[in-house]
Amino acid sequence: MHRRKTASTVSFHLFVGLLGFIMIYPLIWMVFSSFKESSLVLSTVGQLFPSEWRVDNYVNGWSGFGGTTFSTFFVNSFIVTILTVIGNVIASAMAAYGFSRVNFKGRGLWFVCMMVTMMVPSQVLVVPQYVIFHSMGWVDTFLPLIVPEWGGRAFFIFMMMQFIAGIPQELDEAAEIDGCGKIRLFSTIVLPLIVPSMATSAIFSFYWKWDDFMGSLLYLNSPKNYTVSIALKLFCDPTAVSDYGAMFAMCVVSLLPVIVLFLFTQRYIVEGIAMSGLKA
Amino acid sequence: MSRDITLTPAMRSRRLREIGVGYLFIGPWLICFLAFNLVPFVISFVLSFMDYNMLSDPKFVGLANYVKLFTGDKLFKTSLGVTFQFVFIAIPLRLAFALLVALILNRESKMVPVYRVLYYLPSILGGSVAVSVMWRYCFSKTGVLNTALQALGIACDISWISNKDTAIWSLILLFIWQFGSPMLIFLSGLKQIPRSYYEAAECDGAGPVVRFFKITLPLLTPIIFFNLVMQMIGGFMVFSQAMIITDGGPMNRTLVYALYLYRQSFAYYKMGYGCAMAWVLMMIIGFFTLLVFRSSSAWVFYENEIK
Repeated sequence: MHRRKTASTVSFHLFVGLLGFIMIYPLIWMVFSSFKESSLVLSTVGQLFPSEWRVDNYVNGWSGFGGTTFSTFFVNSFIVTILTVIGNVIASAMAAYGFSRVNFKGRGLWFVCMMVTMMVPSQVLVVPQYVIFHSMGWVDTFLPLIVPEWGGRAFFIFMMMQFIAGIPQELDEAAEIDGCGKIRLFSTIVLPLIVPSMATSAIFSFYWKWDDFMGSLLYLNSPKNYTVSIALKLFCDPTAVSDYGAMFAMCVVSLLPVIVLFLFTQRYIVEGIAMSGLKA
Repeated sequence: MSRDITLTPAMRSRRLREIGVGYLFIGPWLICFLAFNLVPFVISFVLSFMDYNMLSDPKFVGLANYVKLFTGDKLFKTSLGVTFQFVFIAIPLRLAFALLVALILNRESKMVPVYRVLYYLPSILGGSVAVSVMWRYCFSKTGVLNTALQALGIACDISWISNKDTAIWSLILLFIWQFGSPMLIFLSGLKQIPRSYYEAAECDGAGPVVRFFKITLPLLTPIIFFNLVMQMIGGFMVFSQAMIITDGGPMNRTLVYALYLYRQSFAYYKMGYGCAMAWVLMMIIGFFTLLVFRSSSAWVFYENEIK
């Protein structure tokens, strides 16, 4: 019995470990390739480790194209992403509290509207949005990428509402009797209690914006305004790329913020997904 | 609370204040909803009956865009076919794979959190441009896959992404590779199935296969249902991977719907036509979502039904 158990444990780890390794292998391969001599990247695919470790791919890649370096693209991406995350989380928390705990006319209607926005494909809105932003002179600025996010996201609002549902209603009533208004109640009592759901929202908001390709593709025209995703797409264009080492180097760098954030926050993510998934 | 019979001035002012406070809280959301969702939604519908290229004024053409879509546009049918192929192959496979891995990982071990993170990593990175670029060189003629096959003694020198029969599979595989979210949801669903059910079944002599089909699978159907709906909506909208890895080629074999819609709207500036395409897409997604919801009573099992 004991031996059978050990055998099953060993085969479990072997299988799961091997499968995981196969899955992650392309990423590992890309990282090692970025340290190879550029001309060897595509000719020594079968050899994982570089015969000579070089960092010049990173230096060459960082210089970007058209006189704009990746420093600019990274700064742009961080500006867009951070402003998005802040607006997204604050507006979502406010809306979640409003929908959960304030009784006002029209609440039901707007709530239904919010839920419906989750089902409408973005393709339906993309053309008119472009026309609107174009007429406002916002094309080739960060505004079309940031401002719409300041209304929050239905997905986050819904998730935070699940959290607020766990806070006893009596708290609101007690606070009101003590003369504490809804606004103070929200900022001093409710906000600290829903921090976990705000963190999960912030993390996902960061990922989605950092990776967002469509928005940058549509609205950013001049290289000085490019975010990392659109810059990388052009930098790695199959018809233009010749320096494969630099290409993979910049791919790796572009993933770093996401990987670092993931490693530090994976607890929040794993629990956040499991919870919002089950409760929805 | 029952309806108030008479409102004192104090109550009325309180109620008014409550309305003000409510709109203050949902204000940012409401403004953005009206400006960036509702108004574009209406405009999109109107534009789908127009000829519009942003340079000249929109011209009303009635149903012409829709008629052209269904009768005069070969690529529309191609892109629809590609998208159906993608959705109906990639989503079941992703969910099956997610469930399989969740079943394997559903055991007590100190390493499970590590594996969970490992398997979730592709889902976090999968939407990025970098991974799409990487994918291109994994499935190229001298890419990682062919090199690995060669090491196993299988000679293969086709380029998976530029061969017309295999190109779509490179996209499908990328989609399956990101099975992390449904896996996590399945995993937490599995944790909620009481152990006693399995113990009782085991006492009655039920083997692992019977236990899976009689206990695990029925109790997971609500989660399968949730995953199916969420994945389907996303699957119909797949865009950036198809654009970066294959750019619709070879011979339009990976021209997914959203990519064709983008080209019509922003490469050819046929914006009315693009809107009509978007509305057709929404109808298709709506149809399949409704189908899943309607069928759910036949296959989704809720535990409290048996009580």
